Amino acid sequence: MQEKYSKMESDLLQPIRKISLAGKIWIGFLIIACLCGLYAYYLQESRSKYETIALRDYTMWGVYISTFVFYVALSLVGALMSAILKLINFEWYRPLARIAQIISVSAIIMAGLCIDSAMGRPDRLYYLLLHGRLQSPIVWDVIVVVTYIAASCLLLFIPMLPEMAICRDRLTEKPAWMRWMYNKLSFGWKGAPEQWKIVKRSVHILAVMVVPLGVSIHTVTAWLFATTLRPEWDSTNFGPYFVSGAFLLGCAAMIVAVYMIRKFYHYEKYLTVKHFDRMGKMLVLLGLCYTYFNVNEYLVPSYKMSGLHANHLLDLFVGESAAMYWMVAVFGFIIPGTLPMFKAMRKPLPLTIIATTVVIAAWFKRYLIVIPGLSHTFLPIQDVPESWTHYTPSLIEMTIVGATFAALLLIVTLFSRLFPIISIWEVAEGEGVNLSRINKHIKSKMV
Amino acid sequence: METGKENKIIKSESAANEKASTRRGFLKLSLLAGGVALAGAEVTRMLAGPKTSNGEKIKLLSKDGKLVEVDSANVHAVVVDSTAGTNIRQGVPGKKFVRVIDLARCSNERACIEGCQKQHNLLPPIEWIKVKKMQDVEMESPYWFPQMCYHCDNPPCTKVCPVDATFKRSDGLVQTDNSRCIGCKFCMAACPYSARSFNFGRPEQTAYFEKHKDDPGICPTSKPENYGTVSKCDGCPDDMAKGILPACVRKCPNGVIFYGDENEDTVSNGDEIFQLSALLTERAGYRQFDTLGTKPRTYYLPPVKRNFPFQEAKEKHNTQE
Repeated sequence: MQEKYSKMESDLLQPIRKISLAGKIWIGFLIIACLCGLYAYYLQESRSKYETIALRDYTMWGVYISTFVFYVALSLVGALMSAILKLINFEWYRPLARIAQIISVSAIIMAGLCIDSAMGRPDRLYYLLLHGRLQSPIVWDVIVVVTYIAASCLLLFIPMLPEMAICRDRLTEKPAWMRWMYNKLSFGWKGAPEQWKIVKRSVHILAVMVVPLGVSIHTVTAWLFATTLRPEWDSTNFGPYFVSGAFLLGCAAMIVAVYMIRKFYHYEKYLTVKHFDRMGKMLVLLGLCYTYFNVNEYLVPSYKMSGLHANHLLDLFVGESAAMYWMVAVFGFIIPGTLPMFKAMRKPLPLTIIATTVVIAAWFKRYLIVIPGLSHTFLPIQDVPESWTHYTPSLIEMTIVGATFAALLLIVTLFSRLFPIISIWEVAEGEGVNLSRINKHIKSKMV
Repeated sequence: METGKENKIIKSESAANEKASTRRGFLKLSLLAGGVALAGAEVTRMLAGPKTSNGEKIKLLSKDGKLVEVDSANVHAVVVDSTAGTNIRQGVPGKKFVRVIDLARCSNERACIEGCQKQHNLLPPIEWIKVKKMQDVEMESPYWFPQMCYHCDNPPCTKVCPVDATFKRSDGLVQTDNSRCIGCKFCMAACPYSARSFNFGRPEQTAYFEKHKDDPGICPTSKPENYGTVSKCDGCPDDMAKGILPACVRKCPNGVIFYGDENEDTVSNGDEIFQLSALLTERAGYRQFDTLGTKPRTYYLPPVKRNFPFQEAKEKHNTQE
């Protein structure tokens, strides 16, 4: 058992020990992409926005807001894959929890950056604290997002405490600053039974908290749209519709992330074919749920075809946005809701391909929710220049959005290079290793 | 009131018209100060005179257009608040501004648009007031539809603002404080009438704002020149506080737009004065998309018995980016 644990520990610390050339190139690429985004942001803020971005009076919310919704949706992956699975005692959550949690935390940071990019006056952001008024859904969003990010960070960090001690004791070849960091972050972890008890208890409480918080942040994000009088957003279905879409996106993103980590860090032993099989089944369930909400959202109003909705619905079904709408329907929920029902489709590679299309479709789905509707106003749009009636994101907008994706991947990559991306003690515990042995292990090193 | 306007207006049959000239003086004073106004040279003397009952009666015009007599001791001069209209957050005291648009009179001259743009230093394509071609039913004739911020009594825009940058004032106007706005554009998404406009910093517009910032015509309380913020029709509160009708009303050659005070129950287009309640009753006034529950403070009179047959616009507007 001791040997098994040692092997496990050494496997899971490996990505921190050595970064291959390909790994370095990957990090370098992501950094360059982020710098491009920073430069684009500098251009956007230093020049006239009429020239740098394509937003106009009618389509005043563009890709920044739709990508913001995408990231908020993605941030629910933590609530799903680490909290919900843990709470319902699905033992296979163990190697997945931390991956989900770090994606969750970085996604919510990116959501914040998107909002900052979308604001006309980011220099006045602090007015939200100075003059914030509780009746505005934006203020609700700020409150739940800040709470969710705090809970998510804790849920990420607290289970890492024992591992910081392991890193401190094991990674002696690392530079002094890293060892200093591990030492500080371990907060004097000794592995005392009392400490284990506190860690487990805190994680349990946080897991319980994070589920309603996750549901809240995405429901409130849906309300940012549903509280307006615009016909395309005027739906009581919006909250659950957004939440179910978020869980589907979270599951798909997780499949992609697990596949990549498994492949590049050679974690086949920990992230097993069984994990894909189960995530594939989960994808079917969530895909069907999302199909159900989509039917409610589009089919019922299109049955009535009221004058207010007709413009928008016909644009989606047979108009300008139809190609995007139907692609999103097929790849976004029909395929994930059906194909992985077959066992062969739940194998790592096919499932990852399906999941990748779901992630891409999910981004376009948010685009379809936010943008085409804005150009179908109650009153006809007349006497405006061409660019006011059709929104196509500018190069600067797309560079910034692209850079947020790079930044998200960069955070996840760097995290996995500094800390174990799979929780050593949680996996060991799942394998039947007695936690007191891990204690002993650490203690023996400390003497 | 604006003079020198061509007398194109076709008089309505409303009884109120008979006393148009008397009412004009009445309206001017009442717009200035609020409350009841007096007619004749006697007024000044009365207002300045002693406040003890002297049995002396003076004639006053009541809200519903009747001449009544009141003991002069009960008449008080109305104090004009000289600061009214200079603070964006403070409504003009005693006022409840209201607007009526007579669709039967509009021939899409676009003078209101140009007047408004000049008043607020706006360049096309930004229009705080728009004139749209509307056609509700295929068999009906289309009509021209001037449209701006309706200053709703249940404004969806002010509800969603996270920082109280847009709000409802005591005088009924919905205003935006451009020094507070953070540019989230939520109010623009919330407004079902698309009445709001964003300063994206179009270079020509920015240069124009800079060049004309000290022009005498502009309404100083609203600041559309504030980059990255939302603005819209402000109802010209600075002018209204001084008793001057907004630019869109003054410039319209057809007297389409009426502006006034619900408390006084009067509206005027500068040449005619109507009793608001009577006008809305007689002409079947309605509010655009009233079913949305926004309670607009702008009423439309339906395009029936029109002064002009509908004519398509001769040229396309705002085609330049």
